Parts: sequence; structure tokens; C-alpha cells
Amino acid sequence: MTAAPDAPGQPPPAQGTPALAVTSLTKSFPGALALDEVDFEARAGEVHALIGENGAGKSTLIKVLTGVYQADAGRVRFLGDEVRFGTPLEAQDAGISTIYQEVNLVPLMSVARNLFLGREPRNRFGLIDFRAMHLAADEALRDLGVRVDVTRPLRTLGVGAQQMVALARAVSVDARVVIMDEPTSSLEPREVATLFGVIRMLRDRGIAVIYVSHRLEELYEICDSVTVLRDGRVVHTGRIADLDRLRLVSLMLGREMGQVREEGLTKFSGDHAAAGEPVLQAEELTLSHMLHAVSVEVRPGEVVGLGGLLGSGRSETAKAIAGALPPESGRVLVAGSEVRTGSTPAAIRAGISLLPEDRKAEGIVPGLSVRENIALAALPGLSRFGLVDESRIDRIVDTFMERLRIKASSPHQKVGELSGGNQQKVLLARWLAMQPKVLLLDEPTRGIDVGAKAEVQKLIDELAEDGLGVLLISSDMEELVEGSDRVVVLKDGAVTAELTGDQVTEDLLMQAIAAPLPADAGDGAGTPPGPRKEAGDD
Amino acid sequence: MTELTLRRSELDRARVLRLLQDYGVYAGVAVLILVNVVLTPNFVSGENFRTQAVQVAPVMIVALGMALAIGSQGIDLSVGSVMALSTSLLSLYLGYGPWIAVLVAVIGGMVIGLANGSLIAFIGVQPIVATLALMVAGRGLALVLLPQLKDVRDPGMATLGSGSVLGIPYLVLIAVALAIAVAFVVRRTTFGRQLLAIGDSRPAAQLAGLPVRRVLIIVYVVSGALAAVAGVIATARLTASDPTSLGTLMELSAITAVVVGGTPLSGGRVRIGGTVAGAVLIQLLTATLIKHDLPPSWTQIAQAVVIVAAVYAARERGKR
Amino acid sequence: MTTDTTEPAAREKDASPGAEQPQGATRSERLTSLAQQHGALVALLVMVLVASLSFDSFLTGDNLENMAVSSAFLAVVALGMTFVIITGGIDLSVGYVFALGGVLAAWGSQYGTLVALILPLAVCGLIGLVNGLLIARARLAPFIVTLAAMLLARGVLLSVTDEGSTTYLVDKDAFFARLGQEKLLGIGLPVWITVALFGLGALVLRRSRFGQYVYAVGGNEDAAALMGAPVARTKIAVYTLSGLCAGLAGALNAAWLMSGVTILGTGMELEAISAVVIGGTLLTGGFGFISGSLVGVLLLKVIQNVINQIGSLDSAYQQVVSGAFLALVVIAQTWLGRRRRML
Repeated sequence: MTAAPDAPGQPPPAQGTPALAVTSLTKSFPGALALDEVDFEARAGEVHALIGENGAGKSTLIKVLTGVYQADAGRVRFLGDEVRFGTPLEAQDAGISTIYQEVNLVPLMSVARNLFLGREPRNRFGLIDFRAMHLAADEALRDLGVRVDVTRPLRTLGVGAQQMVALARAVSVDARVVIMDEPTSSLEPREVATLFGVIRMLRDRGIAVIYVSHRLEELYEICDSVTVLRDGRVVHTGRIADLDRLRLVSLMLGREMGQVREEGLTKFSGDHAAAGEPVLQAEELTLSHMLHAVSVEVRPGEVVGLGGLLGSGRSETAKAIAGALPPESGRVLVAGSEVRTGSTPAAIRAGISLLPEDRKAEGIVPGLSVRENIALAALPGLSRFGLVDESRIDRIVDTFMERLRIKASSPHQKVGELSGGNQQKVLLARWLAMQPKVLLLDEPTRGIDVGAKAEVQKLIDELAEDGLGVLLISSDMEELVEGSDRVVVLKDGAVTAELTGDQVTEDLLMQAIAAPLPADAGDGAGTPPGPRKEAGDD
Repeated sequence: MTELTLRRSELDRARVLRLLQDYGVYAGVAVLILVNVVLTPNFVSGENFRTQAVQVAPVMIVALGMALAIGSQGIDLSVGSVMALSTSLLSLYLGYGPWIAVLVAVIGGMVIGLANGSLIAFIGVQPIVATLALMVAGRGLALVLLPQLKDVRDPGMATLGSGSVLGIPYLVLIAVALAIAVAFVVRRTTFGRQLLAIGDSRPAAQLAGLPVRRVLIIVYVVSGALAAVAGVIATARLTASDPTSLGTLMELSAITAVVVGGTPLSGGRVRIGGTVAGAVLIQLLTATLIKHDLPPSWTQIAQAVVIVAAVYAARERGKR
Repeated sequence: MTTDTTEPAAREKDASPGAEQPQGATRSERLTSLAQQHGALVALLVMVLVASLSFDSFLTGDNLENMAVSSAFLAVVALGMTFVIITGGIDLSVGYVFALGGVLAAWGSQYGTLVALILPLAVCGLIGLVNGLLIARARLAPFIVTLAAMLLARGVLLSVTDEGSTTYLVDKDAFFARLGQEKLLGIGLPVWITVALFGLGALVLRRSRFGQYVYAVGGNEDAAALMGAPVARTKIAVYTLSGLCAGLAGALNAAWLMSGVTILGTGMELEAISAVVIGGTLLTGGFGFISGSLVGVLLLKVIQNVINQIGSLDSAYQQVVSGAFLALVVIAQTWLGRRRRML
């Protein structure tokens, strides 16, 4: 009953030998190729960064490695043997442990019980020997340099300590490979330091650590090698020290520095004549762990881009403006008058409309028809005495289906059955029917096919020309640069740069994103703790 | 290519399942009627139809409210107790005239519904748990108000219980009118649309700015009011107030009617026609077994099997 | 009997400076967990104190013994229910399963004590097993499956008793009757059996690996599965256990009454759930303890006794009180739960 990996089972593999290797791994979902011939290798005794933007395929890869998904083709070799895991449990029993961002333990049970669930030491009557269990749990955690009262319910511990318990469990079940999915996203700097200490210890014991994060600083601090995924393919793999920040960002985003680019790849026409007083002013929005005094302004007819990597606070900014997340401080003004924060209906009444990033879970109502989805938000205005005015709805639905070129077999088709692009257009129609003043578009073209993408981009352009203020969030650099008149760059929940006019180029944007944080970040109290992962990671 | 054909056959299977869920209940009713026409003596008579219709009326009315609750991804287990409370209030206030008494009974049901709705919408208690608490308290309240069975000898109630127009009993007319009204609300009103959206995807409804709390509270108030009406009707038919046993297991019959009628327990869809047919189906099943001299115990066992089968069949759709 | 499951958070032994926990949260955490674990006990003591000061007849041996015996049957049902609720489920069938157990025991007693005990246990255990299979394997909602099982149990009950018209009596000389009638140290045998079952139940829940799985399944089912807990088997086991407990309680009740009464048990599921929840077990699962359920049962029975003592009050007040109690406890639990999530 010891936490050390050299307990029963095989001896730890020699440093540097492949612990987990996949070759030509392919996995597709209906309508999308998530992994395309991916080769990946994590070696014993190294920390391997796995990075990529949303939809790059890293989540899918992890899920295949841990038995959640089954690959369509390709091979997985674990400690030299070919394996195929049918369930997460099989993978875990074999020695691949995963530490999720949302800690996957039982919060109401004590630390020790969590550590030993299913492996509790028992006395000769078959009853659990709590004394032995507590001692062993204490030892296992001390081993990782963590001191907590193991008899306390897990949930009373901080997130960092909970993660340590998850790690201790992983190690004590004899893990050879530990996969960590954004482990630091809700940790305080001090906890991050402890975690890194433990990761180094694991590495020294010959365990392969696969580390997923979007924080560049962390990657360079803790990782030995890196694999970059983009659009389901491996675009780079090698030692992380050989790769500078800018190069890493450009690999992730798929844009080359100084690349000669043909103009007009997107359907954006270019600059809009933005004029007049700002239609949207967000001032000093602060949200614990997520946003730190973020301010953004949008004028009528202007498209303002929100740049930054995944997890930088882009979606949170949009949600805070739209009333879906209640900010602790800060104000939101529309056309000069203040809007009550933390209330979606208030924001909508003021003329703010949000197209959420997670279209399927937060946007569409999948079981209702196209017609009802379009009319949903505007219903009170389309009703008299609580009765729905069907003919007015028909008129509006017809107008928007035509104007936005929504392709459905009829207005009565369920939205859940439409393609992603058409779903997005239905959502746009829902908000345009409200005649908003400000549109917040969070990844409006993600996961929709090329043709529909161009159409949506063109629509955004037209809307801005009609005088709407648009806030555009996109991981697609090209879309962001060509679509926006101005780009505000976020990093770890704070505005770090703003590009205007001629500065709005991919090169400058990438440099702004890759720039290290100001020196004071990462130590001492009162520094911005990192933001949480954005909702709906692929 | 193979993948495409595979998906098509999956689609076909889904379509068949869906048809079965949507229209199976009507087919079931038709089959039961046919079986009875052939096998049961005196089945085809106005008198028998009237009896069946009068018996099904309370279940049907309760099921209408239950359909709304289930459509909002909730449940209302308190309906049976609300019926009991309603019958107690009714007999207590009959001295003030039948109209006042009925009004008080319905208001009593709405208050219980308001309590349910507030627990669910404001405090965030799971619907099962909240309505379970009011199921306990409601029955107790009914018994506190009226500790034992009491005969109801009011001419107004007697007319309601046994009167008819053009051969159609008042009770049946009320049930049908309520079914039409609820169907209208679901299909034609803002509230109905919002209810379905909330039941289908609460986060999306919230982000679209819908008044989620208000809608949920109205759902449970309406369900309480309908259950109270069912209590009034049952009292009129039995010409007695029996808060001890009135409405026991009513929640189960109502849920069965709703689920058999094609409304998925996962919410987002309300089928009023199916719910009415579901109630009729259960009634016919019971009547068939009784007419063929099978004891009531068998009808209960049969109903238990029917509900598990219906929930099991609906399970596939719920997973979308 | 041990009271807690999550160990007293108050154990200070390792509150070292390096401990990574939000220290500010500890005190309020401790208070809420104390309230949750001992709130019902405090309420019970206050009730008993008030009752014994108000009514001379309360603290008499007869009255206490009476309360103890009548608590015993509900307590055994609540014992099984505690396991079910800790896994995050619910069993609404126990009321009629209890009645069915009683009738089967009374009927079986004519063939000997063994039949009188084994028959109800087998049938009621089977009903619980089917519940468990439908919930764990077919993944149907517990409340609807167990509601259907309630109807099934009632149907079987009616068909066994010729549609409720036959009441089976237990021969008063039969050994089976003595199970319900006999006294040990002046206290009825059913009470001793109940106490023994609670001791056993607490031991299983607290000290066996199965008990850990019960908590894990209710606390976080996905995580439990990932940690290798046999989720489906655990659920099947708790529903079977609940059926067995209800059947046994029914059988003991029949031995006590010396007959199988068909109308008993209506609403008992609600009483049992109320007792368990009032005793501090979370309806959302993952947290709870056996002794709390016992306290909850006693609290309900003392309230009932007090209402009876007042005399002018109808016994139905007890249902109002326990319904209100249930609602209050649930509101408190939801609020506490929300606060925890904020931490």
C-alpha cells in the first residue's frame, strides 16, 4: 500500500522509451474528420505538451487514448504492446490515468476514501481498516509534498489540493502515463507551483505526462516536448525548447509569419464606416478567476474583434456583456444608458444579442422547428394578449429564411436536424428579429462548412453596414483580421493590446497574443489568477 | 457509401419508433375498442360509453396538467393529494353555495401548485422532491380539514355529477373543454411555446431571455388547478368527499397517460391528444379486464406493465 | 452506533500550515455539517423534553414501549430506503411491498414459521431486484419504475387476498406469532430485531467495501465508474435490499398484529423518505447515515404520539407536520448544497 510507482507490477520503463505511442490514428464523426492519420508518442520520463485550438482534435485524441472513443483506424501501443481500450476503466487499469479539469472524484467522500475506493485495506473480518487507510492515504499525499487532513470530505479542499488527490490516486494505481487536461485553469499561482513540483517528481520516476494547456508560459516552464494539432492533423512535434513562442502560436493558429496572403479569402469586404458615439461600452468587467477589468467599446457599424487564445476570457467577456454571467464589478452601457448586469432579459431588452459559442447546448432549441426557434426570443412582441400571432411570425420567418438563405425542408423542420451553418443562421435570425443594437458573435463560423462560412461572414458584413455594432470572437485568425475593424487582445482574462487601422494584421495579432505576460504576473497575491477554460472546448 | 446507407437505415428505424410513439396510443385504443366490440357483450351501448367516459374524466384532467409539467422537464407527484385537498375544501365550503366551494377548492389547488413551483423555480429543488414534499403535506392538510368521509348532498353538485346535455354528461364536457383549452394554450400561446423551449433546452431558453421562472411557476399552478378540478369532478360523481382515498395513485395513472400518449419524460414536447388517448387507453384496458371477470388486481398489474413498457420504449427517443 | 460517515471535519490533527484548504470555509463547513448530522437529534430531544413536561402519560413505560414497537416497522423500511437514497435513487414501492410482505407472512404462517419468513422475503426481494434491474440496466428513472412496482405490489396483494376480502390470521400459538409478541427485558422482540438490523446496516454502510460503493455511486456516478466501482451491481443491490427490508418489516408487523392487514402501508413510502431525509441524508445522494434515519423515524413517531396525546387534534396533523418538515429540510439541503458549490 504505497504510493510509489515502483510498487507491484512491472518495473518502471527506462527513461526515454516510448510509453504510449499511436500511429495513423483516424477518427471521424458524422460530417467531420476529427483525427486524420495522427502519429503521437509520449516517452517515459518526459512531459509532453499537447496543444491546439478548439476543434484541433486534442480532446478527441485524449478520448481515444483513454478508451472513451474507439478509433476508426490506426494503432495504439502502450509499453510496447498493441492495445485497444473499450472503456475508460480498461485504460485506467492498464496504467493510463487522466486528471480532468473537473476533478473526477467523489466530492462528498473523504480524501482517504477517494484515494482508496475499491482498494480499501481490510482487516481479517473483511471490514475496512480505517486506521491503516488513513495512514496510507496520508503517506501517499505526503509523498507528493501535500499535507492535508485525509479524513476531510474532498469538497472542503481547494481545487488544487483536490487535483493532488486525483494525482495521488493515479500514481497509487500504478499509472505509467498521466494525462492532464488543463490542470491549472482554476488554480492559484501557489497551487500551480506545487502542481509543477509534483509533475517533475512524476517525470523523474519515469512516468510519461501528457499535458494539455493553453498557457504558453506554463508550457515552456514544465514541458519537454510538444505536439501541435490543427484540424485533426499533427502539424508539429519536437522539443519545445527548439520552438519559440511566436512560432508555436503560428503553428497553432495555422498562419505563417509574414506569409504572403491572397486578399479576399474570406467574404469580408473590409472596413466599415464606423462613426458616432459607441453603441456598446463595457467598462472594467471583473469576474473572479475569469475577467479582470475588461473594457471594450463598439460603435455602430463597427466590427470589433476579440482576439486571444482559448481560455483568455473571450467568451466570458461576451457572456458578461449579455447578462449570462454576473460580473462582480463593472458596467455595461448601450447607447449611453446603463444596463442591469447579470440579467439576460435586461440585456436583450437593451438591444444586446449573443450568439453563444456552444451552439448546440446554449443556442438552438433542437426539438423545436426552425420557425419556432426564430420566433423564440421575439415571441412576446409577436403576441397579442398572450396569443401568438401566427401570420406575423410566418412573415418574419419567411423574410429571414430568405434573407439569410436558411436551407431547411420547411419552416417546420426541427432545428436539430439542420447543418451547423443553417443552425447558426437560424440563431442569427432569432436575434435579428429582435432588431438588436449590438450583436455578440462567439465563434460564429466554427464547425460549419466552407460555403456556409462564407455566407455567414458576408452576413456579418452586411449587418455592420446596416449600422449594427458587432463584437466578433473567433479562433480563426484570418476571419478575425479580415472581419474586424479593430481587435482587442485578451490574455488570461485581461486586455493586453488593441490593434487599430493598419495594425490589424495577422502578424501583429500573433505577436500580441504570443507576447509574454507583464513581469508582475504569476507571483504574489493580487495577481490575476488564470481564467477558466472557455465553455464548450471541442 | 456504406456509411450513408447505414445512416439511412438508422433513420428509418428512428422514424418507425417515432411513429409508434406518436400514434401507437391511438392504434392501441382502436385495437382495444375492436376487441371489445367483438368479444364483450353490451360494449356498444350509449350507457357503457357514458360510464367509461365519466370514469376517465378525472384522470384525463389531471393528466393534462401532468403533461405540462413533464413537458417542462419536470413532474408533479402532488396531484393526488391536491385532489384530496380539493374534495375536503369543497365539502367544507358547500354551505356557501357550490360556486364558492368550487372556487375555494380550485384556489387551494393553485396554492399547492404555487408552493411546488416556487420550490422548483426559485430554490432549485428537483421537481420530484419538491412535489413529493407537497404530496405528503397536501394529503395531511386534506385530512386535517375533513378527517373522514362525508356525504355530499348538494343539488348543484348532484346536477354536476349526473346531469347531461344531449346525452353527454357534464363531467365529460368539462374534461373535453379543458383538454381543448390546454391544447390551445400549448399550441397557440406565447406561454406554450416558451414552455416547450424550456423543457427542451433550459440553457438555450435562458440565454434567449425567456422568463424561465415565471413559466415554471405557471406550469405547476395550472397543474394544481387542474388536479383540484379533477377532485371536484370526482366528488360530484361519487356524491361523497373521501380525502383518505381520493386521488391515491392518481399521479401514477396521470404519468402513465402522458407517457403512453407520446410525451417524452425528457421534456420539450407536449402531446395533449395523445395524453387524452392515453387516459382512454388505460380506462379501456381496465374496463376490458373487468368485463371479462378478471379481478381489479389484474388491472393494476397490467397497468404497471404498460407504464414500464411505455417508458422503456420512449427511452430511445430521449437520448436523441 | 456510529453517527457519521465523512469523519468529523473537526478533527484538528493535521491542520498544518501547509494544508491546502480554504481556512475560512472550514468553520461554516463544520457548522453546516454539524447541523446536518445532529439537527434531527436535537429536534428529537427537544420534542421528548417538551412532551414529557406537557403530558404525564408520555414518559410512562407503556407509552414508550408502544412508540418503540410502532417505530420498529417504519424503521426497518427506512433502513433499506437509506441505502437507496444515498445512491441518489428513490423507492416509492415500499409502502405496498410492506403490506404485501405482511399478507404473505400471515398466509405463509399456516405452513410454519420458515415459510412465513422466507415467502415475503423472496417475493419482496424479487420486486426490489426487478426495480434494480430496470433502473441500473435499462436506465429508467427510479421514481417511475418504483411507482409501477408499487402498483404491481398492490395488484399482487389484492389477488392474494381475493381482492382484499380475505384477511389471513396468524395462529397465536405459532412460533411466528411469538416473533411479534414475545418480550425481552420488557421490550418487544421487533424492537430488538430492528436494533440489530440497524447495527448491521451501519456496519455494512460504514465498514464494508459495498458501503463505500454506495456513497461513491450517489456522490458522483461517472467518477465512481471511472474508479472501478461496480455501479450497476451496487444499484441493483440497494433496491433489492430495500425490497427485502420492506418485506421483512411487513412480516414482523404481521407477527405483531397476528394478521396480514391489506390496507396497511399506504403512504409508508412517504413516511420512510421523510424520516431518512429528516435524519440528514441528502436526497441528491452521496451523503447520509443509518443512525440519522433511526432518529428521523423516532422524531416522526414522537410527533405522532404528541398529536395523539393532545387528543383534540386529528392524527392527520402528523402528515402536515412531516410534509412541512420534509419541505424545510429539502430547502435547507438545497441551499447548503448551492453554497458548497460556490466555495
